[in-house]
Amino acid sequence: MNLPVEPDSTAKLPLEFTDNHESLKILGFWSFLATDLLLFASLFAVYAVYQSRVGMQGPSPDQLFKLGPAVVETLLLLTSSFTCGLAVYQMRRNHKRGTIIWLAVTLLLGVGFVTTEVREFVSYIAMGDSWHHSAFLSAFFTLVGTHGAHVTFGILWAITLIIQLMGRGLTTVTTRKMYMFALYWHFLDIIWVFIFTVVYLSGKI
Amino acid sequence: MSSLLALLFPPSTTRNMELSADVLIILASAAIIFYLTRWHRWKYLWREWLTTVDHKKIGIMYLIAAVTMLFRGGTDALLLRAQLAVPNNHLLGPLHYDEIFTTHGTIMIFFMAMPLIFAMFNIAIPLMIGSRDVAFPRLNAISFWLFAFAAFLFNISFVIGGSPNAGWTAYPPLTELAFNPGVGQNYYLMALVVTGLGTTATGINFLVTILRMRAPGMTLMRMPMFAWTTLVTSVLILFAFPPLTVAMVLTLFDRLFGTAFFTIGRGGMPMMYVNLFWLFGHPEVYILVLPSFGIFSEVVATFSRKKLFGYSTMVYSVLAITFLSYGTWVHHFFTMGAGAAVNVFFGLSTILIAIPTGIKIFNWIFTMWNGRIKMTVAMMWALAFIPTFVVGGATGVMLGAVPGDYQFHNSYFLIAHFHNVIIGGTVFGLMSGVYYWWPKVTGRLLNERQGKWAFWLFFLGFWLTFMPQYALGFMGMTRRMYTYSHGFGWSSLNLISTIGAFVMGAGFVVMVYNFVWSQIHGEIDVTGDPWNGRTLEWSTPSPAPEYNFARIPVVTDRDAWWAMKQEQKTNVVQIKPQEITDIELPKSSGIPFLMGLSFFVFSVGMVFSWWWIAGAGFLGFVVCMLVGTFDYDDHKEVPRQEIQNTESAFGRLQG
Repeated sequence: MNLPVEPDSTAKLPLEFTDNHESLKILGFWSFLATDLLLFASLFAVYAVYQSRVGMQGPSPDQLFKLGPAVVETLLLLTSSFTCGLAVYQMRRNHKRGTIIWLAVTLLLGVGFVTTEVREFVSYIAMGDSWHHSAFLSAFFTLVGTHGAHVTFGILWAITLIIQLMGRGLTTVTTRKMYMFALYWHFLDIIWVFIFTVVYLSGKI
Repeated sequence: MSSLLALLFPPSTTRNMELSADVLIILASAAIIFYLTRWHRWKYLWREWLTTVDHKKIGIMYLIAAVTMLFRGGTDALLLRAQLAVPNNHLLGPLHYDEIFTTHGTIMIFFMAMPLIFAMFNIAIPLMIGSRDVAFPRLNAISFWLFAFAAFLFNISFVIGGSPNAGWTAYPPLTELAFNPGVGQNYYLMALVVTGLGTTATGINFLVTILRMRAPGMTLMRMPMFAWTTLVTSVLILFAFPPLTVAMVLTLFDRLFGTAFFTIGRGGMPMMYVNLFWLFGHPEVYILVLPSFGIFSEVVATFSRKKLFGYSTMVYSVLAITFLSYGTWVHHFFTMGAGAAVNVFFGLSTILIAIPTGIKIFNWIFTMWNGRIKMTVAMMWALAFIPTFVVGGATGVMLGAVPGDYQFHNSYFLIAHFHNVIIGGTVFGLMSGVYYWWPKVTGRLLNERQGKWAFWLFFLGFWLTFMPQYALGFMGMTRRMYTYSHGFGWSSLNLISTIGAFVMGAGFVVMVYNFVWSQIHGEIDVTGDPWNGRTLEWSTPSPAPEYNFARIPVVTDRDAWWAMKQEQKTNVVQIKPQEITDIELPKSSGIPFLMGLSFFVFSVGMVFSWWWIAGAGFLGFVVCMLVGTFDYDDHKEVPRQEIQNTESAFGRLQG
């Protein structure tokens, strides 16, 4: 029996968990993510039922989607999730500068994601395939757009976070906010993995 | 200009009834403004109430709002019953009748029952679990103001723009723009989205509060039963409200932006809405009733002077109800033809819920068994609940049997059933809670004699109103029918039902009189423990100081305060001056109120499709968020000396 050595009980908690008030907020944020998950689950259910309901003259998912932008968006967002992890890693090592730099990289990748998505949407609308057209298009724009709106909110949040990190350094409050942001960002990444699979890949089959 | 007036004041807002309401609203508002100005109360109102983050004050505000909404919803109910009192009546026209049953249902569920439940959470939970506040005090205030402004938004619809008129469930295609022009339905959708956000935040708040802020020694299985039901209600809220928000927003997109979610022509499906709505709607009925189950458990145990019978089976049955409640939503639309297999599954899951509920009923009865029962008003509401809820539950099982449901569906049998469980379960429970915890928040006891009058009027009125409706359902009267002709044999039963409704109305009036009278002349609660209570909230003075506990109590038993009293350890509530330390408390903030206001402005913009107003409201929300995130100064210290003065004024200082 080679059990791993139990961590030393004197090992330090991460800074954001040391203050009781702040650690409560992390649990609260997990609960918020649960409600957000349910929100997306409802939208996924709507999409799953509506993807074949394309109205009188289409288009069908297969005719509409271009995989190019979807792949680019996937790469950008997955990479940003990785850099977000690096930011938390730097934060845990108490490197303020590293945290801010990786957070800024995350933010820029997020901007790249949103820009690509907006261009993708605009290209569909330019072909006349707006969300008025069919139940499928309504569900598509609402599901993917809700995710995009979440990412946009995340970008604004990251900006306020960078300002606070620069002004206040790594305190129990700023690290807690950073940690919550990271949870949020990874959560959006997971949602995107499902969007890529359920919406784009299964639409192309 | 004339088109704007036509938009703001369509014909449905210029009927005599609405115009006289306008006059009353203007007079009442003027009186309030005059009072606040004449007695210089604006600053007090802002400082002590509008910006407060104290859970006890927020609880009182929820209570006042809920009673006000009960008045509005009750007035609607009396209008409906007056219309149906005799055959071929034309007090209300068909459209008017539709509007009133829509606002009656929506207000009673979302703007009366829900806030009254949150009033109980706020008033009791932190004190009960030995905590100084909820986990997120500012978020708690935001929840309240989102609810309050949503309620305001919903209530102005009938004087500006027109009421919603598609029933409280608002099924498409009746809610689609083509069949329902005007802004009434937009009011409904926006109000429910905004109050839903506030409710979700309340769910998160009380979940974290109960999981993480209990007094030392209070394990989960030592929590008071009301804390348990609050905990599972919070979980239910977390999982039930997102589908509602989605259903509302998609309908709003259909109406405002021309999407195709629920319009059949472009591939949409009304059934999708119905499923989303009841995915919320069924857990919602347990959100409504579980807190009352918790209140009954406290009240019955206290006034029987016995500990709650079968505590752990109570906990497990609450958890079973929570779990099962997610598997029953299709029973709201058996007749839509989902097929025999699906219907049987949901029929069985529905009937299964009767088992844990029945266990709870027996537990309350066994708690009273051999107890020394004290007939207070709170206890009377709890006693009245048992037979009332059993009848409602049994008719629920009848409705859950699929072949039977094809007969009962959408008849007055259904109407009688859900009023039977929602009034007999939720409202009786909340009334019991109001009479039970009133002294804790106000420092005065409610007059028992007046309370008994209110109880008997309301209770008898209830049976008189709804029992005839079961019979009417069997006789073929369907719901939402605005009038009926002679010769069906419905006339006398309808008249009895209407008389009953007015008796309930009289009960409400006596109750409000009771509240007001007791606030002025009521007996002052000097001990803080008027009922010889069992749980920690009764160890504090009434009303409790802002910081609740000068020293956080240590819990060793299930009924913590009762155990302390049995072991003669009540002096733990007294504190020595040298033991007092500074207490950190959340600071009042204007942000929650302003955030609610921003949502209100945004909603008005959305309702009328005035995008620049919606944009202004949204901007206000963003500013509130930014100010909030950069505001690090959200706590204050209550100094030792002040605590010492407060405690000595309560006579709780040792030495």
